[in-house]
Amino acid sequence: MAEREMLLTRQGWADALLELGETNPNVVVLDADLAKSTLTCLFKDKFPNKFFDMGIAEQNMINTAGGLSLTGLIPFVSTYGVFVSGRAWEQIRTSICYGELNVKLGGAHGGISVGPDGATHQALEEIAIMRVLPKMTLLVPSDYYETKKAVLAAAKINGPVYIRFGREKVPVITNADTPFEVGKAITMKEGKDVTIVACGVMVAEALDAAEELAKEGINAEVINLHTIKPIDRDALINSVKKTGCLVTAEEHQLAGGMGSAVLEVIAQEYPVPTEMVGIKDTFGESGEPRQLMEKYGITSKEILEKSRQALKRKL
Amino acid sequence: MVYPQTLTDKERLLKAIQMRRDIVEMVHAAGSGHPGGSLSSVEILVTLYNEYLKHDSANPKWEERDRMVFCKCHITPAIYSILARVGYFDPATLNTFRKLGSELQGHPCRFYPKGLEMSGGSLGQNLSIAHGIALGLKAQGKPNRVYGLSSEGDLQEGNSWEAIMAAAHYRLDNLIVFVDYNKLQIDGHCESVMGVAPLDKKFESFNWHVVMVEDGHDFKQIRDAIDKALTLKDRPTAIIANTIKGKGISFMENQAGWHGKVPNKEEYELAIKELDAQEEAINKQYS
Repeated sequence: MAEREMLLTRQGWADALLELGETNPNVVVLDADLAKSTLTCLFKDKFPNKFFDMGIAEQNMINTAGGLSLTGLIPFVSTYGVFVSGRAWEQIRTSICYGELNVKLGGAHGGISVGPDGATHQALEEIAIMRVLPKMTLLVPSDYYETKKAVLAAAKINGPVYIRFGREKVPVITNADTPFEVGKAITMKEGKDVTIVACGVMVAEALDAAEELAKEGINAEVINLHTIKPIDRDALINSVKKTGCLVTAEEHQLAGGMGSAVLEVIAQEYPVPTEMVGIKDTFGESGEPRQLMEKYGITSKEILEKSRQALKRKL
Repeated sequence: MVYPQTLTDKERLLKAIQMRRDIVEMVHAAGSGHPGGSLSSVEILVTLYNEYLKHDSANPKWEERDRMVFCKCHITPAIYSILARVGYFDPATLNTFRKLGSELQGHPCRFYPKGLEMSGGSLGQNLSIAHGIALGLKAQGKPNRVYGLSSEGDLQEGNSWEAIMAAAHYRLDNLIVFVDYNKLQIDGHCESVMGVAPLDKKFESFNWHVVMVEDGHDFKQIRDAIDKALTLKDRPTAIIANTIKGKGISFMENQAGWHGKVPNKEEYELAIKELDAQEEAINKQYS
């Protein structure tokens, strides 16, 4: 498999915020005592007057951001995904989304690859509970560059945006020049035999699986679905029309996640044999990130197996 | 119309009667809604919207306006009444309250009617919104003030105390929060459902200024409290106003059951009769 540079997605988040601090006078940042972990400490050091420590009080942080947005500011809120999406879900629902407030939510430490902190800190539900909210835009970038671009794009959207990123260094699979448009999926590799749709760190796993499939003479198409909502219906439908079968891959619960979002489109528009890779209705545990991804069955190996199964069902 | 303006004693009293009529009529016409806590907030709202808040009903998004944030958002009959009566929209539409297609939602949506700063209905959330607005205005060096209207029910929510902690931390002396302290909630007296007393000591221990209003239906006491709050520096201020749930309608006063109950035809007519008599007495007193 290809050797790839490894970079932090949260560094992409932090670098984009630093850029916005220079270019957009209205951008402010809030954190809940995790600035050193989410790396918003870099923004805090450079723009202390535009940074607000909110303490360990996420519900207040979300609605304070809502209030700040009502004065014309563009608040970016930062903490771990479990806390931002879970602890303050109803604040996000009733104040931010119903009110269509211009608040950007940065959910760090998404996925089981959070590692040794264990199940309490491994956010595996945010895609489900954020995408169900009207008015929400939901972004799950795949690497450092895409995270940076997602954050810069979020600042241009007038309304709520949730951006999910992780803790660990992940393979760099895009570059500074790769086009990024909210709502427009990226075909990372064209193919004709099976469509693999993935988001976040699973895009790299999908590319690895496609490489292995190629050795078996199977030409897989890999779609990077960095925007879960609004979902790129055309890209999904056109791809499965071409390939005739589908594998979805995500570092998230299977119930309600990216795969479910994809199937809400495909099942209604152009049903094809489908296999899904993701977390199977269970919590995580402590361990090294790679060990956990292997134990819980979310690596290129499972994508490879599921692709073979999907192909078999197609015949 | 541009506010604040100064009212005479008679005007204040008559405006309160008008609001109480609106509240009773809206809830009766809608067949649902919350009369009790609406009636307890009347004098506070008449005072704020007429005599203290800087705002312009012809220019709802005026940059220089003070911001009024409702934390107890179930009192939409009171909220819509005061907004209509200070000129944000035609009071004739008040009878569409809670009906399909109406702008007057059961709990407010911030986009309509004009004059609303924020949606709401889930208690505990909007003290944080008020905090965020006050923080944002201060961070931008703007002189606008932020007023909130909370309640003992709103203060049972943990989110409220997170906001109270943060507003003191950021020394937001541009924030004044009224507590419409009528002491009753849906399931009964708040001290039996979940005690919140002593509210003054709680706010003080969270580093807020506290101003007490013995009778939250006495216009002079309300004005004195706001005047005092406006002189206080370095911290936010809570004005804790002792009020009576259902105030002004004899059979609703101090009855938890009237939190979300609708008057039937007889009760409605009796309530209007009581308000007629109160109005007549005011006119006689000031004639």
